[in-house]
Amino acid sequence: MPPESPSAAIPAPDIPASTPPIQPGLLELFIAFAKMSLAGFGGVLYWARRGIVEQHRWMTAEEFNEAYALCHFLPGPNIVNLSFVFGSRFRGIAGGIAAFAGLVGPPMVIAIILAALYARYGEIDALRRILAGVSCAAVGLLLATVLRMMMPLLKKRDLVGLVVLAAVFVAIGLARLPLQVVLLVAIPLSIAITYFMRRAKA
Amino acid sequence: MNSGGNPISTLIWTFGLMSLFAVGGANSAVPEMHRIAVDVQHWMSDRQFADVFAISQMSPGPNVLIVTLIGYSVAGVAGALAATLAMCGPTAILAYYVSRLLQRSSQSRWPAIIQAALVPLSIGLMGASGLILALTSDRSWVAGLITAAAAVLAFATRLNPVWLLLAGGALGFAGVI
Repeated sequence: MPPESPSAAIPAPDIPASTPPIQPGLLELFIAFAKMSLAGFGGVLYWARRGIVEQHRWMTAEEFNEAYALCHFLPGPNIVNLSFVFGSRFRGIAGGIAAFAGLVGPPMVIAIILAALYARYGEIDALRRILAGVSCAAVGLLLATVLRMMMPLLKKRDLVGLVVLAAVFVAIGLARLPLQVVLLVAIPLSIAITYFMRRAKA
Repeated sequence: MNSGGNPISTLIWTFGLMSLFAVGGANSAVPEMHRIAVDVQHWMSDRQFADVFAISQMSPGPNVLIVTLIGYSVAGVAGALAATLAMCGPTAILAYYVSRLLQRSSQSRWPAIIQAALVPLSIGLMGASGLILALTSDRSWVAGLITAAAAVLAFATRLNPVWLLLAGGALGFAGVI
């Protein structure tokens, strides 16, 4: 994280200045991401945040938000990008590969086994019903993650951020406007607002 | 199954290229995957594609597993590996360099401003996809109730969410959804 990351604006940031307190090793990265991934039915984001922020405390809530936001707006699978960026922050390229291999490797094996079983035994109705139930709960977990990621904004009383957040939510979720159009307007607007707010503060 | 050429290199080209346009994650590229796998390359039927999607949702792990399964059905384990690495590799490297760039140039204020500006957008987008997913997967009020209960419990308690997923699965098995 750059030293003047947004948290530096608050009087008492709980973020260590330069080096994070715990430096996970390669094996630790692999195992941590494998665990998150294997728990992640219907999406890994919930588990990634829980593992990185709450259990291992490798990142603060704000650092996680920023790292994830970056990966969210770059092309490609978000969590995969996050695993690589995260791992490489601690252990360089090898760390990125370890985290990535943990995230993708074990579930790949499971998916292939499931696909082979599926090809052999065909559709099982009970499995579909179970899947429907699991995905209902998984959507709930995603919503809980969104609420948790909002907490740093709420704590900072970042009114502008919350308005931008709500506007994007309404534009995409309720009005169903096309993503590209919304982002084309929202990204420059949000950057401009952030810039002028900081200049006004400084 | 494949329309001429080496299926592995077709997989690598297809998914390597697709990943660079997949802003917003693997799930946002599913319509494009369908177009290519079913209509363009004739790797699988409509019905097989739906099955592959269901299996990828059923497996734990990132959503990108659907690519693994398409690769597997085209060219076995080698196809699975090739497709997955093609989908993940280029963008992971891109993310690595962008993230390093943003950290390195920390004497400038812009990286911090850009990152901070993207955070609310990212959360707003995820909230929207949560809503859209809820509307598509929760077709009954019981299903909606399960989603809401899971959201509240996961947010407000330290309960291990595996229990929530298991409870959802059990209720689904019992046929209440």
